[in-house]
Amino acid sequence: MNTLGYPILSTLIFLPLLGAAVILLMGRSQEALVKWAALVVSIVAFVLSIPLFTDFDRTTHLMQFTERHEWIPSWNITYFLGVDGISVLFILLSTLVTILCVLISWNSIKTKIKEFYIAILIMEGAMIGVFSALDFFLFYLFWEAMLIPMYLLIGVWGGPNRIYAAIKFFLFTLVGSVLMLVGIIVLYFYAGKTFNILELMNMNYPYQMQFWLFWAFFAAFAVKVPMFPVHTWLPDAHTEAPTAGSVILAAVLIKMGAYGFLRFSIPLFPDASKAMAVPMLTLSVVAIIYGAVVCLAQSDLKRLIAYSSVSHMGFVTLGIFALNIQGLEGGILQMINHGIVTGALFLSVGIVYDRTHSRQISDYGGLATVLPVYSAFFMVFTLASIGLPGTNGFVGEFLIILGGFAASKWAGVLSATGIIIGAGYMLWLYQRVFFMETNQKIVGLQEMDMREIITLVPMVILVFWIGIYPDMFLSFMHPSVEHLLKRLNAEGQEMAVAGKIMGIIKIP
Amino acid sequence: MDSYLLIPFLPLAAFFINIIFGRTLIKDKAHWVSILAVFGSWVVSMMAVAEVLQGKTVNADLYTWITSGGFKVSVGFLIDQLTSVMLVVVTTCSTLIHIYSAGYMHGDKGYYRFFSYLSLFTFSMLMLVTANNFLQLYFGWEAVGLCSYFLIGFWYEKKSASDAGKKAFIVNRFGDFGFGIGVIMIFLTFGTLHYIPIFGAVNGMVGQTVDFLGMQVDLPTLIALLLFCGAVGKSAQIPLHVWLPDAMEGPTPVSALIHAATMVTAGVFMVARCNPIFSLSPVAMDVVAIVGAVTALFAATIGLVQNDIKRIIAYSTVSQLGYMFLACGVGAYGAGIFHLYTHAFFKALLFLCAGSVMHAMAGELDLQKMGGLKKYMPWTYLTMFVASLSIAGVPGLAGFFSKDEILWLAYSGPSPVGKLVWAIGTIVAFLTAFYSFRLIFLTFHGKFRGSHEQEHHLHESPKVMTIPLMILCVGAIASGWVGIPSLLGGGAHFTEFMKPVLGHLEGHGTHAEEWMVMAISVVAGLSGIGLAAFVYLREGDLAATVTQKFRFVHQVLWNKYYVDELYDFIIVRPTIWIAKNVIVGVTDGKIIEGIVNGVPELIGRFSLWLRSIQTGMVHQYAAVMAIGAFVVIAMVLLW
Repeated sequence: MNTLGYPILSTLIFLPLLGAAVILLMGRSQEALVKWAALVVSIVAFVLSIPLFTDFDRTTHLMQFTERHEWIPSWNITYFLGVDGISVLFILLSTLVTILCVLISWNSIKTKIKEFYIAILIMEGAMIGVFSALDFFLFYLFWEAMLIPMYLLIGVWGGPNRIYAAIKFFLFTLVGSVLMLVGIIVLYFYAGKTFNILELMNMNYPYQMQFWLFWAFFAAFAVKVPMFPVHTWLPDAHTEAPTAGSVILAAVLIKMGAYGFLRFSIPLFPDASKAMAVPMLTLSVVAIIYGAVVCLAQSDLKRLIAYSSVSHMGFVTLGIFALNIQGLEGGILQMINHGIVTGALFLSVGIVYDRTHSRQISDYGGLATVLPVYSAFFMVFTLASIGLPGTNGFVGEFLIILGGFAASKWAGVLSATGIIIGAGYMLWLYQRVFFMETNQKIVGLQEMDMREIITLVPMVILVFWIGIYPDMFLSFMHPSVEHLLKRLNAEGQEMAVAGKIMGIIKIP
Repeated sequence: MDSYLLIPFLPLAAFFINIIFGRTLIKDKAHWVSILAVFGSWVVSMMAVAEVLQGKTVNADLYTWITSGGFKVSVGFLIDQLTSVMLVVVTTCSTLIHIYSAGYMHGDKGYYRFFSYLSLFTFSMLMLVTANNFLQLYFGWEAVGLCSYFLIGFWYEKKSASDAGKKAFIVNRFGDFGFGIGVIMIFLTFGTLHYIPIFGAVNGMVGQTVDFLGMQVDLPTLIALLLFCGAVGKSAQIPLHVWLPDAMEGPTPVSALIHAATMVTAGVFMVARCNPIFSLSPVAMDVVAIVGAVTALFAATIGLVQNDIKRIIAYSTVSQLGYMFLACGVGAYGAGIFHLYTHAFFKALLFLCAGSVMHAMAGELDLQKMGGLKKYMPWTYLTMFVASLSIAGVPGLAGFFSKDEILWLAYSGPSPVGKLVWAIGTIVAFLTAFYSFRLIFLTFHGKFRGSHEQEHHLHESPKVMTIPLMILCVGAIASGWVGIPSLLGGGAHFTEFMKPVLGHLEGHGTHAEEWMVMAISVVAGLSGIGLAAFVYLREGDLAATVTQKFRFVHQVLWNKYYVDELYDFIIVRPTIWIAKNVIVGVTDGKIIEGIVNGVPELIGRFSLWLRSIQTGMVHQYAAVMAIGAFVVIAMVLLW
């Protein structure tokens, strides 16, 4: 199955863990060595992940780069990895973001440096594990394993209110996860004791069971996304986390929720997903508008961006539960986009925070005069965030609104209002921070150095690459998404809510 | 075809060169990069126009932009009669204004930035007019809006400038909201977003109704009106006109290029481009005509009393754009585009002249502090005078021919609201002539009313600025000669040329009627000029007396009918208030957070009550959750 001749996914999972172990052996005083080791490991992991992009077969929905080994035969647990068009891009995103997180933390983390980079690398391994696991037991293991380094990142290297934020983060996600665990166990017994996700996906479950399990999984995924009304951990976690923590949270961690819907909820519980589409669309639209309006009242940079994530992730879940091809592909692309853009915004905020140690918008003003290069970078991410055509944000949002509109005109129209408000809060933020008279507190700040520029440049490239030539990325998804829709609309089952409306006239 | 790619991409290249190397390397040479690029794209555009004149149109895709299931859209170009007119307007005005800017912006610390944005704007506008599908149109549409945002807020240290830029962007987003949904509706209807197949199949829409948010609506009407929302925003029509006057915070060349000659006309261009769709819906057509006519009148009345030289011209632009929509709404798309084309020259000229005046007056905008400038700046005076004659519709000049064609077709065409909008249009012609010459007389005639320091500084602008004025002045005089009506012995070549794209609306009326309509509009224009001369050329304070007498009316007009205040009161403030006090204060802050923090607390008490032995909070809840989990498993399994 694996065309590369070596187990690429295992390598990607265990290389960072190995790196973490090596760093553990280093002396506490060897700070430079620790940093360089972390950087080298993360870069090697990224380079090794590139074949996933170049050698991926875009014509099939089947799992690729698979690895399978017996693990705990008595419980029928296997070590089973593989990726398809839905998951592959997230692994690449994870390996890229880890490099940037190491770079951005270079000077800003001053205490427990060794432990910090260990946490980051463990995080990377666990994230890749989540996106590639095809055995439920293994998946759950990675899923919970992610919690610990993140909890520590917030709780140890966070801001003043870090303990509250860390515990809140932990509890929210744990509560959700435990309900999912129940669901997994139920599936295990129902299907004749197997954790194999591919086998489980090919079975049919009675509607009643689908219904309950849909909500059990929902609890885990909705918290992660986060969907309204279980979003309140996110602003606290983002605000208190160190820059790298916020970036990993925004770029990868909260994608796990939406990924869970795509990988598990829809294929395992197709009937329940269709039946629950309306409540899901409703929650999504509420999140879009609610998150955006909340942004208008924020005075803290990171908190504002955190709430904008709630709004943007609302678009993602809207696309997913539109249950048509444009919505789903737009949703997946928007997950990548949001990872890039919001990740980049948090990186950018980190860059000024290192200089001013303030997150208050009112402590800024006129930054464009003081830091012109920085302002240009921030502008690019602002524009991508408000979905300007030519940037990645547009492609995702357009496909989502198209899909959402096809599924429900109300959902399409209401979600589009989020774009108006989005322009409002982002441009207002930009104005207050970068325009107008120069605030005395920021006079004489240092312009970005080479390390910081290198950190942001990959994000700028991706913003425009996806914006101008999105087909490169969408083509990864086509077979997998079509397969997913086939599963959803299998024979004898009613068509998904969408699709019916497509083509009122349809020219020949 | 391939060489046509240079038309948009030369300016794009100039943008990249200037934005990357401008700050450190190119500095005050930035104009060379941008001017050469835009001149290059002018040359190629002229070649393209020559081809189109011979009947050779182009429709070709460059690459596939987005594919998703049945959705497929390319980046591609359509160069036909309509596009070629826009190419002439955009590249000509842009080239001249680039040159002018080299003088006007000389010494500004953001010089390279200014020229990068100008190049980016030119690229975006060219992408907009050459698009062969709706999504690329939307790309250009948003991109010009972005450049407008950058350039309005060019002097970003000023709060008013950065406010105005933001306002322009957000107000436009309201329009684009409708426009975007219109584009989606088009895709759902036709399965494509490319112009040619869509316009070939529009007749399939006739009589179709569709359920839209619980209402049964006529499909062509729905699509046309949604698209028109975008045009209302971009072309500053009521009720989204509020951003354009504020946009005058930008440097004056920007006002000339973006907020007069090109970007703001994109709405008219789009309606004309979509004429096969609009023509299917009489309702939408009437809406377009009425919105245009009402805006024309509304803006002209505000223009009567303002004292800010640029704002008067801005209201004049809003008013003239209304004229163009009025034309489209009565079905005279050709006349609308004709007016777009002549207007570009005389309005860009008016703005650049205003810029020249400001240059001499050290940035002064208040008409009441000017006066008598004609002897200091003869070229500016002469060219601005001609531009004003042109906008006032004095026979023989460009504005006369296009305005006359609109009024005649409104009067004689089949539109049910034609006579009404004709009457409004004629009144507007009178008002336009009045405020245009009020501006001329207050600025250039009489005695100088500014400070001594300013008087000492008065001078004609350098050649790099006056030569573009003269070239545009030729346009303001002669650009209309391509559309002289047959009544005056011409061949109406312009509308004839546009016929393949825009169709040809025949007026129904006698020669006598045609003469009458023309005579009325000429009389309206001349009497406007005459009245302005009567009020402002004589010594005395007739204007002040009239103002006193009609205090209330003056107050309403002076405050622009209080629309800004109204929006602030019903949209901006309530939204922020709700965000702060309801959502953050109550919903998120009290209700959701209350439950979130309250539930663990309750569980905590419950566990204490059970004398649980856990100490750490996290473990405690984990245990509780685990118990809960088993209960649920049991329930599900025993179901």
